[in-house]
Amino acid sequence: MTYSPHTDADRARMLDAVGVASVEDLFADIPAGVRAGAWAVPPPLVEQEVRAELARLAGRNRIAEVSFLGAGAYRHLIPSVVGEVIGRSEFATSYTPYQPEVSQGTLQSIYEFQSLICELTDMEVATASHYDGATATAEAALMACRLTRRSRVAVSAGVNPDYRRVLETYCAGPSIEVVVVPVDLADGGDGTTDPAAVQALDDVACLIAAQPNYYGQLEPMRELADAAHATGAQFVAVVEPTSLALLEAPGAYGADIVAAEGQPLGIPINFCGPYVGLMAARMVSVRQMPGRLVGATRDAQGRKGYVLTLQAREQHIRREKAASNICTNQALMALAATAYLIAVGPNGLREVAELSMTQARHLAGALESAGLAERRFGGAYLNEVALRVPDSARRHATLAERGIVAGHVLERDEPMLRDTLLLAATELTTDDDIACLVAALEETR
Amino acid sequence: MSYPDDLRYSKEHEWVRVDGSRATIGITSFAADELGDVVFVELPEIGATLNQFGTFGVVESVKAVSDLYAPISGEVVEVNEALRDAPELLNTDAYGEGWIAKVELTDTDQLDGLMDAAAYAEATA
Repeated sequence: MTYSPHTDADRARMLDAVGVASVEDLFADIPAGVRAGAWAVPPPLVEQEVRAELARLAGRNRIAEVSFLGAGAYRHLIPSVVGEVIGRSEFATSYTPYQPEVSQGTLQSIYEFQSLICELTDMEVATASHYDGATATAEAALMACRLTRRSRVAVSAGVNPDYRRVLETYCAGPSIEVVVVPVDLADGGDGTTDPAAVQALDDVACLIAAQPNYYGQLEPMRELADAAHATGAQFVAVVEPTSLALLEAPGAYGADIVAAEGQPLGIPINFCGPYVGLMAARMVSVRQMPGRLVGATRDAQGRKGYVLTLQAREQHIRREKAASNICTNQALMALAATAYLIAVGPNGLREVAELSMTQARHLAGALESAGLAERRFGGAYLNEVALRVPDSARRHATLAERGIVAGHVLERDEPMLRDTLLLAATELTTDDDIACLVAALEETR
Repeated sequence: MSYPDDLRYSKEHEWVRVDGSRATIGITSFAADELGDVVFVELPEIGATLNQFGTFGVVESVKAVSDLYAPISGEVVEVNEALRDAPELLNTDAYGEGWIAKVELTDTDQLDGLMDAAAYAEATA
């Protein structure tokens, strides 16, 4: 028997309503080469053959011995307790906590996460998390449109280009216009967003700017916030969470919404995630926040408990009028961030940020004094620095063959930034790593 | 359920009280009763233009969230700020303290298309 509930007549009626001739037409956007029928699937294998094949494929991975790659994801020490906590089956196997009476542990862990993010950002309310920094940023833009009832958003060119692509995708459906505010990329310029350019913006729902920005430069966030507010726009700060142990908190410089990639907080670097998106805002905007929120309350006997709160914003109640149609959160990765922050504590986080900053200076200094590189921009930087390295694309490839990842080739994102490498340091960057990079660049000079 | 005679009513359960070119609008006691305890009202902005039967706000209760539909067209000149702290006024005094907005009417003919108290009582019976 067939398990499909729809008859051919049902299908014909639905196709007619949508306005296409066949089901096949619905898949027209998917290139033929990646359709299921186009795959050359090898014959089935037994377990040991599969293991051997996967081991062979894994052997093709190039494991960098020394890496200065950042550009949005950062390699930090992850205390063992993080894996221990998120590996517990109560957390690892639990479903979304719709039933508070059987989900107090999960709900409390999310509540603690939200509280930590509020403390870190100096904001009043944080969500239970989002997919990643890019989607959190795009959701922040949509939220600003709802708050201001405007349909244009401005984004600094200093925001990660991947985030800006996701933002474009999110804005395409609801016909929200995305305006890019340039960053001063001139040789020796300061590599930051000009607040004066923001004042010229008309009728935008928000200005989105990153701190530090994609090029590692520290933006004048307070001036940008003031300029955005002068036009009636919300100010969305995209931040790197460990940097908040040293830099002024977004809540203090006037951010209305904060979005961030939470990966540096106890989540290993990997290709395609899972990462975790952070979002925080002011209480006045809470009903326009996307996704899930956990609140603390008291039960009928006066005992403290945790529940999903303000669910009326969510899609299972508000359907197409929900604040967001993605209420999935990254609960396990948020738990990793929570365990990480608790394990390192405020002083530990400051040490991580300080060591990252110190090693970035050591790195830039060593390359400059060896005459191998010079800073591409003036102004201040924190843990990541853009350096002009002659013939950098070729040398980057050569070094990669030797297991050294000399940061990110910025020319791939921005043609104006020829021969520029973006190099990141963390507390895991050793003096030997830096010496190794200096030597390798000397040899390829 | 009471439906004052001096008001006009829409199918979407909003009421209108006309005073010259101004009109006060709110939701009916029937609507408030159906919604249950109201916990939040999203008010329109002063200066906003309402189009008859278009949405102009949101009312959230413990069991549902509903859009507010303007019973008449006009420009919002005043909103009931008291609802920000006391949304329950919609339940306790739907036609008095629980008013939502005052508008400057743009088309008084639209009132003819609305129901009187008797017709509304019949429609909700």
